[in-house]
Amino acid sequence: MLNRTQVPDSKQVNEINFIEPQEQELENGIKVYTINAGKQDLVRIEFIFDNVNWDESKPLQAIGVSHLVNNGTARLSAKDIADKVDYYGAFLQTEYGADQSSIKLYTLNKHLRAVLPILKSIIDESVFPEQELAIFIQNQKQSLQVSLQKNDFLARKNFAHAIFGQSSYGANIEPSDYDALRQSDLLDYYRSAYKPQNCSIFVAGRFEHTEFELLNSIFGKNWNNSNSSVQNKFSFSSSPKGELLIERPEAIQSAIRMGTRSINRTHPDFAAFQVLNCVLGGYFGSRLMANIREDKGYTYGIGSAVVSMKDTGYFFIATEVGAEVCGKAMEEIEKEIHILKTELVPAAELDLVRNYMLGSMLGSLENTFSHADKFKSIHYSGLDYAYYENYIQTVKTIDSNCLQALANKYLNTGEFVKVIAGKK
Amino acid sequence: MVDFNRFTLANGLRVLVHEDDTTPMAVLNILYDVGARDEEADKTGFAHLFEHLMFGGSVNIPSYDEPLQRVGGENNAFTSNDITNYYITLPAVNLETAFWLESDRMLSLAFSEKSLETQRNVVCEEFKQRYLNQPYGDVWLKLRPLAYKKHPYQWATIGQDLKQIEDAKMEDVKAFFKKHYNPQNAIMVVGGNVKTQDVKALAEKWFAPIAPGEKYLRNLPQEPLQQESRQETVYAKVPLNAIYMAFKMPDRKNPDYQCFDLISDVLSQGQSSRLYNSLLKEQQLFSEIHAYITSSIDEGLFVVEGKLVEGVKMEQAEAAIWKELKKLKEHQVSTDELTKVKNKSESIMVFAEMSLLDKAMNLAYYELLGDAGLLNNEIDRYLAVTAEQMQQAARNTFVKEQCSTLYYLIAKDA
Repeated sequence: MLNRTQVPDSKQVNEINFIEPQEQELENGIKVYTINAGKQDLVRIEFIFDNVNWDESKPLQAIGVSHLVNNGTARLSAKDIADKVDYYGAFLQTEYGADQSSIKLYTLNKHLRAVLPILKSIIDESVFPEQELAIFIQNQKQSLQVSLQKNDFLARKNFAHAIFGQSSYGANIEPSDYDALRQSDLLDYYRSAYKPQNCSIFVAGRFEHTEFELLNSIFGKNWNNSNSSVQNKFSFSSSPKGELLIERPEAIQSAIRMGTRSINRTHPDFAAFQVLNCVLGGYFGSRLMANIREDKGYTYGIGSAVVSMKDTGYFFIATEVGAEVCGKAMEEIEKEIHILKTELVPAAELDLVRNYMLGSMLGSLENTFSHADKFKSIHYSGLDYAYYENYIQTVKTIDSNCLQALANKYLNTGEFVKVIAGKK
Repeated sequence: MVDFNRFTLANGLRVLVHEDDTTPMAVLNILYDVGARDEEADKTGFAHLFEHLMFGGSVNIPSYDEPLQRVGGENNAFTSNDITNYYITLPAVNLETAFWLESDRMLSLAFSEKSLETQRNVVCEEFKQRYLNQPYGDVWLKLRPLAYKKHPYQWATIGQDLKQIEDAKMEDVKAFFKKHYNPQNAIMVVGGNVKTQDVKALAEKWFAPIAPGEKYLRNLPQEPLQQESRQETVYAKVPLNAIYMAFKMPDRKNPDYQCFDLISDVLSQGQSSRLYNSLLKEQQLFSEIHAYITSSIDEGLFVVEGKLVEGVKMEQAEAAIWKELKKLKEHQVSTDELTKVKNKSESIMVFAEMSLLDKAMNLAYYELLGDAGLLNNEIDRYLAVTAEQMQQAARNTFVKEQCSTLYYLIAKDA
């Protein structure tokens, strides 16, 4: 007779294999990091540029360039570009991140030869037509108006501004910033940032010698741009704290976001802090979820995270709760943090978190794209694969005393910024 | 190509296995053939609320999530108007834990009052977060009843209102479980670093003892042919005027389905698409414009929606959409344009094979449609679509008498 109360045997994840990229150089010195794996005949190629020349009076320069870079070049109109890329079934994405901007191409290998020259034109000879800029400004302003009606967006924006000020991480974007955007600003930024010396290429998928030679023949030569630029570097001294209420009288839910600037991936405590974060709000069974969603039913979801950037990092807790229980939810969050600081995490819970995090790491290496993403994370933090070894070791061995010490070191709610968009 | 093996247990549970040794992970996906369309009109939102209750402990296992996380696994689920789908990903070495958990909740839930009370609250907060506390969040709560008058697609999966969720009773929960959650109404897909013979043994061990239950025979009210143009206007505190147009289109199994999908791509897939170029870029009437299909198993909707540029008149914006739809009726799409949307479909299908979970979910869904093998020749059905067929489909579909239009307008402060 089957005993359904008997838990089946299980094993802790022991072996996690990372595929390290092959490092090559194009003729002009651009580094190409390739993970050549996978069963499908497809490839993802990312051109990544460090963000540079931060000018707080023009906070949209880099974002504008990232949005519009594929909207017209010396030889192709925005429509030509879109037609060609779509015709070959390829996907072209431009992305603006905290520290880097990227242009990503996803394509089936059979169309690579046809689409790479389009990409070259975008990266080397984009012109940012006035007409396209005007449409961008108009539509982005409209989209911002909609976002400004969302409590979650307001909380996020105000939180970032509170802890990062007018840096690229926290700039408080107003509709007027869009109006101030000029074609010349975009061209200036584009010429400074989108150049071989500021570019690295990350490839994942099927990518053999022939494909590399093709890439080299297009991007390894005849790409001349020696404009100077200064990489963004931010330092933050003052520590803002306290509550910030953005009143939304008709809100039926309030968005809460609280936290503080914190350590990043390069800090020796970072892996251990992630374990602590996982216990608190990093997974479905976390204490915040168990209390505020599963026990109290105040919210559809609550979570916390530690985020690593180039020169800094931050920790935050975010949720949207019924407006009438906002105060109570804030108290419960404080309570959960207090418990972490004063009581040891029980061994059974810590074991669960260890296994969950190891399983999650294993699962995050699903395909060749995810292996490339893992590499990018450490590469842009100036780290190597020893980081992951240490991470896995930390997850396996960290003890409850250590977690308690970390909670006291990093989770001082008196130092937190607490943003509420809605009602309290 | 997504290979699979298939077998059926004596109690009627259909099982598919997709072996993929490139990953150390496994997926266990169970699709229950029940969605919001199977709800009673005074108990809407129930299939989705029920999905939440499936995590509230089962007859022999008090906590669902905890033992799964303990072996390094994760899970989630979603409910649509047609189906309820549950999935687990975990290290393949711990696959049996997934069988243990999923089989116990198919056997019977714990039916805890505490869980019901909490999940009623959680779902009400979800309702607020996604539908009520967002600009334009309630569009589908308005558009569905405008487009469907008889068929249960007239309500959204979240339900018609908060009240019906708040009123859910334990006896309803039990009845719903009995009716829909049994082996005959489920399709299980196990994928990843697994072997078919092991999956077979585990399925026999954990699922075979579950009683087959009664087969649910679906008999839904049919939607009568729409013969009048329908309009509704909503005023709300939103920053921009918006329009939503919903046309009736064939069901998912209809041979024309792929043709409609490609029409929506011609209109709206990527920056080369017609609506984007004509209405957003050239005429600058819209700051956002999209066309898409609902892909529902019964008669579906072909939707065009857009947010108007400030100062643009609604009549002008609406007429411009109609003009684009008329073009599809009057002229065949060019060979290049047709090749383009077919190439894109092919790409999307190949890229979808990068994700183990997507593969497992797709196998389950195609099996529900009649045969998981359909997944592997789906692309051929796209490639076979002709320009004539698209023109004919446009002619049959884009007519005022089959259109439901929702004007979502800025409320002027009274």
